[in-house]
Amino acid sequence: MTDTADRTAKAAPSLEAYRPPRNQWWDVWDQFKTHKGALFGLGFFVFTLLFVFIGPLIWTIEPQYIDIRARNAGPSLAHPMGTDQLGRDTMARMMAGGQTSIAVGLTAMALALVLGTLVGVLAGYFKRLDGLLMRTTDLFLAMPLLPLLLVTIMLFRDPLRANFGPEGGIFILIVVMIGVTSWMQTARVVRAEVLALKEREFVLAARSIGTPSHRMITRHLLPNVMSPIMVSATLGIANAIITESALSFLGLGFPSDFPTWGRLLFDATDWLMQNPERVIWPGMAISLTVLSVNYIGDGLRDALDPRIRGR
Amino acid sequence: MKRYSLLLGATALALAPAAAMAERGSSGHLNIIYWQAPSTLNPYLSGGTKEVESSSLILESMARFDETGAMVPWLAESIPTVENGGVSADLTSITWTIADGITWSDGSALTASDFVFTWQYCTHPEGGCAQAANYDGVTAVEAVDDKTVRITFNAPTPFPYTAFVGSESPVIQAAQFAECLGARAPECTDANFGPIGTGPFKVDEFRPNDVIELSANPNFRFPDRPYFGTVTFKGGGDATSAARSVCETGEFDYAWNLQMDPTILAGMAAQGRCAIEVAFGTSVERIHLNQTNPDPALGDARSTVEGGPHPFLTNPIIGQAMSMAIDRALIVEIGYGAGGKPTCNVLPAPDLYASTANDGCLVQDIPGAIALLDGAGIVDTNGDGIREYNGVPLRVLYQTSTNAVRQDTQALIKQWWAEIGIDTELRNIDASVFFGGDPASPDTFQKFYADIEMYTNNFAGVDPQAYMASWLCGDMPRPQSQWQGSNIQRFCDPAYDALVAEMARTADLNERGRLAREMNDMLVRYSIIPLVHRGGVSARAATLEGHRMSDWDSELWNIMDWRRTQ
Amino acid sequence: MLTYTIRRLILAIPTLLFISFVIFLIVKLSPSDPTAGLPLTIPPEVREQIRESLGVNDPVVVQYFKWLKLMVWDEPLHFIEGATGWQVAPDGPRIISYQTRSPVMDLIVQRMPQTLWVVGTSYIVGILIALPLGIISAYKQYSVFDQVGTFISMVGFSVPTFFTGVLFIVIFAVTLGWFPSVYDTTHEVTDWDSFVVQLKQIIMPVMVLGLYNASQISRYLRASMLDNLNQDYVRTARAKGLGEKTVVLVHVLKNSMIPVVTVIALNVPAVFGGAIITEQVFKVNGIGQLLIIAIQSGDVPVVQTVSFIFAVLIVLFSLIADILYGVLDPRIRYD
Repeated sequence: MTDTADRTAKAAPSLEAYRPPRNQWWDVWDQFKTHKGALFGLGFFVFTLLFVFIGPLIWTIEPQYIDIRARNAGPSLAHPMGTDQLGRDTMARMMAGGQTSIAVGLTAMALALVLGTLVGVLAGYFKRLDGLLMRTTDLFLAMPLLPLLLVTIMLFRDPLRANFGPEGGIFILIVVMIGVTSWMQTARVVRAEVLALKEREFVLAARSIGTPSHRMITRHLLPNVMSPIMVSATLGIANAIITESALSFLGLGFPSDFPTWGRLLFDATDWLMQNPERVIWPGMAISLTVLSVNYIGDGLRDALDPRIRGR
Repeated sequence: MKRYSLLLGATALALAPAAAMAERGSSGHLNIIYWQAPSTLNPYLSGGTKEVESSSLILESMARFDETGAMVPWLAESIPTVENGGVSADLTSITWTIADGITWSDGSALTASDFVFTWQYCTHPEGGCAQAANYDGVTAVEAVDDKTVRITFNAPTPFPYTAFVGSESPVIQAAQFAECLGARAPECTDANFGPIGTGPFKVDEFRPNDVIELSANPNFRFPDRPYFGTVTFKGGGDATSAARSVCETGEFDYAWNLQMDPTILAGMAAQGRCAIEVAFGTSVERIHLNQTNPDPALGDARSTVEGGPHPFLTNPIIGQAMSMAIDRALIVEIGYGAGGKPTCNVLPAPDLYASTANDGCLVQDIPGAIALLDGAGIVDTNGDGIREYNGVPLRVLYQTSTNAVRQDTQALIKQWWAEIGIDTELRNIDASVFFGGDPASPDTFQKFYADIEMYTNNFAGVDPQAYMASWLCGDMPRPQSQWQGSNIQRFCDPAYDALVAEMARTADLNERGRLAREMNDMLVRYSIIPLVHRGGVSARAATLEGHRMSDWDSELWNIMDWRRTQ
Repeated sequence: MLTYTIRRLILAIPTLLFISFVIFLIVKLSPSDPTAGLPLTIPPEVREQIRESLGVNDPVVVQYFKWLKLMVWDEPLHFIEGATGWQVAPDGPRIISYQTRSPVMDLIVQRMPQTLWVVGTSYIVGILIALPLGIISAYKQYSVFDQVGTFISMVGFSVPTFFTGVLFIVIFAVTLGWFPSVYDTTHEVTDWDSFVVQLKQIIMPVMVLGLYNASQISRYLRASMLDNLNQDYVRTARAKGLGEKTVVLVHVLKNSMIPVVTVIALNVPAVFGGAIITEQVFKVNGIGQLLIIAIQSGDVPVVQTVSFIFAVLIVLFSLIADILYGVLDPRIRYD
């Protein structure tokens, strides 16, 4: 095991001295491009983003518009993905729902990841912080989620609604709640890896030449815990999308007429026998989005790992 | 047996040939599923419907209500009335006589002292008895002799059939519960989980919030009944899965309270394995219009009289327009199916009390509502599509409990109101919080920190006097009363209070009917918008017969007559 | 290591006291109410009397210390009496559930079997699927096996159990009629036939949960294996002439187990906590259902007791994980 980041920094100029200086991120992109799965994942993810954000500009049916005569309809030209039990257009709802689900999924995941990585690295690296941080992690793990959410809603919904509007306020509340209650696994996994890493030779070597702690963490430890973080990220998005649907089902989330993918899937479950296509759309959208993020993560991890990039 | 058949009348006679051949236990095993599981079998410790109904297999009372709301003598010889001398002429006491030959499932005889004990048990000040309201106004319960029970009231009581009538106040065995009075009630786990009763079944095993195993009571007073020898009473899951287990997999014979999308339920029933049963009582899904101002800026005075009247919902024109814009028949079709009927009354039954004065609301009239608002000068002045009243835009926050049918109803009404220029924000709140009544929570239905809220309410039994008294001026929830109170929409009219007082003095049934109808009409113009008269919906296996569903009592009230088709 | 373990165990006592108090505060603050489930026909005065008789209105600190005393002193004695038959249990009150008015511990004991059967088995199944899946996926990265495995595990993780459960019921219980859709908690395994019945009724919930668990563990294992397969020591081991099997299954696997051990240790307490949604879908009525019903009906003693036992297990298993790290990688030390 060597100090990977340093070696790249030193090796690159000597080999490619005749080329104009090139940003390291181009190398990352070059490597990323060779990963077929990652390209496919990125393509699909961009497609999904276009579908949910640009789609509503073309497909202009209101997601909340009720056309009661068209209820429980299967796919047709007027409604390419069918309608729900109130005659609302499923495609419009998939687009509107995707905006919320992707936004919630990405932000909540990012929040959980940052919190988890921070706690994990600090606890693993600084022995003095370990006890306190890990016992806090235990506390969060042991907390019964539902009462905690009920209390949070009771205390913060109205102030947030007053400041950010009904939807903006709820968005913040949901993202923070999901983020704050799902970082513990990442923290423990990262801490365990750091505990093992910090006894490795390259870390000991770096320390012996007096590398300060913040540089130890950013240059030596973090790049080596990327794999589990990437896995946590993928799992975290799926978890956030599903948790959001559970929250809105409990009345703790967005208003009931505000669609999200998780909620569409939940509502459609009862219609599994009558209108099976209703579960397929949101089910596929969630799975494929998570799958594409997973492949992007795979490609990114390979691209960021200089040992692989060199080959 | 003879007395019973006579009372049951034609239905029982029609079934007589099959009944004559059947004997106790001949139908084998019965599987019942309640998707909310009972947590105890002592209905005095938990008044939830699930506890009351499950314990009605074991515990019984003097009289029960059949599917028409008529009283059927059960443990009693007959129903006491003023005419037969059972009720005193001044309406202050009622005397019940226990029928002959009734024993507890342990073989001992049922006596009047058991009733006296039951009253003491429930009215013990430290007991926290959930059914205490059934003994309201009762000053004494005496055992005149072994067979005769006299109940005395503190005032003339025109409707004295509250204590020991229906499934909510059954008699419990004095010998079993003697050590369980008051604060010691929770120590008697064995008694609470396995009460000895006079009913058709006895408890073999009880697992709280999970399952009850029962078997036929060997000492039951009708030697040929119940026809089922054993019963499994399972709880858990949700309404859809309960319906599925009766209608699709056939694992269960009876599923209760199937509040789910009627299209799905009808699709399941179409497979022919089950039949859907509906019974109507007094439940009405209604919208309450907050008559006080719920503006968050008011702080503690929010939704109280001190905070002032609502900026626009106190105007009857707006209330009327909101009511006219709603297509009740469509709400029923989409959310309730056979389990609902459109209604314009907050008091829809019994027939005597049901007003017909408001039936115009049954037909949706959006152009009429628009014309009404335009005519009153309530128009959109700033071109944003929302009307203003005295400069206040008609924007409402509409809350209810979390429930798929209610959210569909909300979405529909939001759209109709948008068409008449009223903007709606929807909110749904977890039922345990919404109905929880915690004074610290802003989301309870009593606090009503919203403009509009929707839920179902009803009254127990067949007499609406106490129910109509809910809307007295003094019964508003407010901070001083820890937000307790039944006048949820903060309605206040001295004329209404006078009618309530008059009803309490009136014994004549027709006059009581007139008063109730008049009060109903005052409420629905327009602080309450009634939507749907809701019935109980259950599914029974096609092979199950003898079931007569009543919403006035436990759905399982006549389970001793249930049997498997031959 | 021994002194470290002892120190951690001693430290666990104040930790647990603190955690239990925080949980108690949250549960008390949350707006659920024990009378919420009652019909609206029951008047407010009666509701208030019910609350009074349950002791809901006592000061929070008083309630907490009452509960704590019962939890750490009376209940263990009752447990000892129940297990051994010695007459050691005090006569006083026990922790009583608001809903059932019966001792909370009895409820928990009653629900343990079905939770262990379903959630426990599903966890073992999940690990048994995840280990080979993770190892082969990493060893043959981007092979067909890896791609299919990745696809299945992503779908398995991102499709929630409320959907897979119903899907399984519709396919296997309704259409094919192979398995029951409702779990029978009173069923006892006494012989081969009753074991088969038991197997039939647990197979659907076990598969639903097992798929979910397997997805998660196999992803961490695969990522960690991939990291290790490129390391110098693997090349060294191969150069020494060790068999490929030994290299992968002994050297690489052992070094890749740290995140897997973390995730497993993190989730073992969850076995006790039950699986709320899966239990609900299949009507297993285990600890998960006990907890959710208790939360919905404001049953503070049940929520508090179950959460406390859960917290004890979490603290215990995080210690076990820390000890295992030391075993897997002897360079890790805590002293």
